[in-house]
Amino acid sequence: MNRLFFIASLLFINNSNAVVDDIILADSFPEKLSEYEFFLDTKAQIPNDKVIPYELISSLFSDYSLKQRWVYVPSGLKAQYVRDEVFNFPVGSALIKTFYYPVDERDLSLGKKLLETRVLLRKSSGWQAVSYAWNSDQSDAFKKVAGKTIPVDWIDSEGQLRAVRYRVPNVNQCKECHAANDKITPIGPKARNINKELNYSHGQYNQLAYWMDSEIISEIPRRLESPVDWSDYSQNINARARSYLDINCGHCHSSSGNANSTGLFLHLREARNVNLGIYKKPVATGRGSGGLKYSIVPGKPDQSILLHRMESMDPGVMMPESGRSLSHDEAAEMIRDWIAQMANGKSF
Amino acid sequence: MKLLLRLKLIGLFLFVSNVSAKEIIIEPGPNAYDEVQEAMILMDEGDTLILKSGNYWFEDGLSLDVANVTIQGDGMDETILNFERQVSGAQGLLVTSDSVTLKDFSILNAKGDALKVIGADGISMIRLKTEWTGGPKSTNGAYGFYPVESENVLIDDCVAIGASDAGIYVGQSKNIIVRNSIAQYNVAGIEIENSYYADVYNNLASHNTAGILVFDLPDLPQQGGHHIRVFNNKSIDNDTDNFAPEGNIVGEVPRGSGIIVMANSDVEIFENTIGGNGTVNLAIVSYGSETEDSNYYPHPKRIQVHNNEYGRSGFEPDLSTGDLAKVLHEVSDGEMADIFWDGVLPLSQMVFGQPDDEKLKIDEQNQPNFLAMSPLKYLIGLSNPIKKDIRQYKGEIIPLPAVSLESL
Repeated sequence: MNRLFFIASLLFINNSNAVVDDIILADSFPEKLSEYEFFLDTKAQIPNDKVIPYELISSLFSDYSLKQRWVYVPSGLKAQYVRDEVFNFPVGSALIKTFYYPVDERDLSLGKKLLETRVLLRKSSGWQAVSYAWNSDQSDAFKKVAGKTIPVDWIDSEGQLRAVRYRVPNVNQCKECHAANDKITPIGPKARNINKELNYSHGQYNQLAYWMDSEIISEIPRRLESPVDWSDYSQNINARARSYLDINCGHCHSSSGNANSTGLFLHLREARNVNLGIYKKPVATGRGSGGLKYSIVPGKPDQSILLHRMESMDPGVMMPESGRSLSHDEAAEMIRDWIAQMANGKSF
Repeated sequence: MKLLLRLKLIGLFLFVSNVSAKEIIIEPGPNAYDEVQEAMILMDEGDTLILKSGNYWFEDGLSLDVANVTIQGDGMDETILNFERQVSGAQGLLVTSDSVTLKDFSILNAKGDALKVIGADGISMIRLKTEWTGGPKSTNGAYGFYPVESENVLIDDCVAIGASDAGIYVGQSKNIIVRNSIAQYNVAGIEIENSYYADVYNNLASHNTAGILVFDLPDLPQQGGHHIRVFNNKSIDNDTDNFAPEGNIVGEVPRGSGIIVMANSDVEIFENTIGGNGTVNLAIVSYGSETEDSNYYPHPKRIQVHNNEYGRSGFEPDLSTGDLAKVLHEVSDGEMADIFWDGVLPLSQMVFGQPDDEKLKIDEQNQPNFLAMSPLKYLIGLSNPIKKDIRQYKGEIIPLPAVSLESL
């Protein structure tokens, strides 16, 4: 009887096109990314059943790497909507994100180099983070608890050869950004951040509607104030800047984040001028201030510490503190315009 | 027999708990970064990571997030964590877990802060050194020792040299002891900022821009610093030009400041030796900049000063940095004081007087030079806006309680 059951369960695992829930829920992380079976074809990143691709309206800058994201919620369970926060995902859920560079940004058909796949797992004890670095023949990715340095180059949209010393974060560095009140928390998948159309393999849909149809969320909020795509030049610059700062800085620069002690809060809901940085003096900034007196001086981008630290590539000065070694020129230019246009002393 | 069995069981229990705590030993070498960082991630509660003597060259910052562990070197001059070649990470070592003990190593030339501790309950830093070896430079990292938003903080027998902000800085924390340590050639030697219950004693702060600062700043999650005792320290010969990057509050501190108390309450300064400070030995001041923070109280209150020894001061006031030296120089006609109080209070108190129990108390044996301002008289240009009679400030000293650290 027991033996029959054992064989049956083996058959069940082998025959299903399913993510291996037990591995998500286990106390330790598997060595290889393929062991989760998030992908039917790991190398080609073809997702398994119930592994749904998604995109954010604005995303975190990571040295110009491109990202592919997937969400997995176990069958029969649903994530709950929480206003302004990440969905409350049920135990057993996973968020999967692969970082890669195209060989040539001008022609994506030339292929890509996969660097790492980061996995956030909702275990019964809470979220846990781990990263897998891809091997050189790109057949699988392997657990890197202590992080890894990968020198990589690619040809950018201007045809320039760019090189970067790419850092796969260690688990502590995951937590530096992903900690809210000292617990690991996802950053991206808030309802407001995914409220956009996406081309799925079988058509274009709003992601929230698609998640609803796929029965992985329980409701679509009626009124949702979403950020904008910061790179969409047709949008209002204030909305673009605040959206960019929210997704790039707001997880640390909030009262529940690691940068709480600075009193500089850059998440979308912050409305107090001084906490947004306007005429805010630096606190424990040291040489990060660059000899400037305030985080933001309206009308004066070159006197604003916030822009100075965004543009810097000195590890003792730059912001964010990790996850970047290049400067995000296009975003810095937008922040420059935003501060330049800010009326003196007026709230925004 | 029963007793014997019970003893055996206890013995077994002890044995098991000893076995579970292990030592991890690492030596310098080409893979030292990966080895150390991996150990700092994989070690379990109770473990000790031993860093054998030698130079460890790190290109990336280190971080520790495991509670109840010890990181131990072979001595601050033997085990050197060298960040000269650092290309990523905002600090040398970041600690985010509780009940951690760090001892007997150095952190040199970090690109940002040397040792930062965020949100820890229980952090002991013992016989550690943080240094920027190129001398005082504005390109040095901001802080040597930088616990923030932490509780039960011990800094004991440490050395901090060359920080472009503060050598030892404790910010927005609670229950703090800084003792037996040396801070030299920093902008601020030791700074306690927006913190509650700190004992700072038996330290030497010399050749900094300013020796010891007790500050409180607005617009921060924790403010209203209080219950700070600064005693039995030597704050002497603080003679390094201010090299802080502009914009930082310590950038406004004049060279040659012994001890400055700004906008804290319940501060007791006693039995220190303060001398050789070219601007002023002890200054007690309000936060001078504008702020819209209605929860912030910018004035010092219940400050007690007694039984300190004062050496020479005011012989070379730094008139080019901030306002403190300038104002003092102007109102004193160049006769700088050992102790200066700016006299700034809420307007109603400047007109009608300060509540008795909030008043500054000074009880010194050897009658140092004292100067307090009457800011209203000063502002409207009346003659004689200063008070020099220290005896007016004599009052019964009510000692503050000693700090005791929990969970250490």
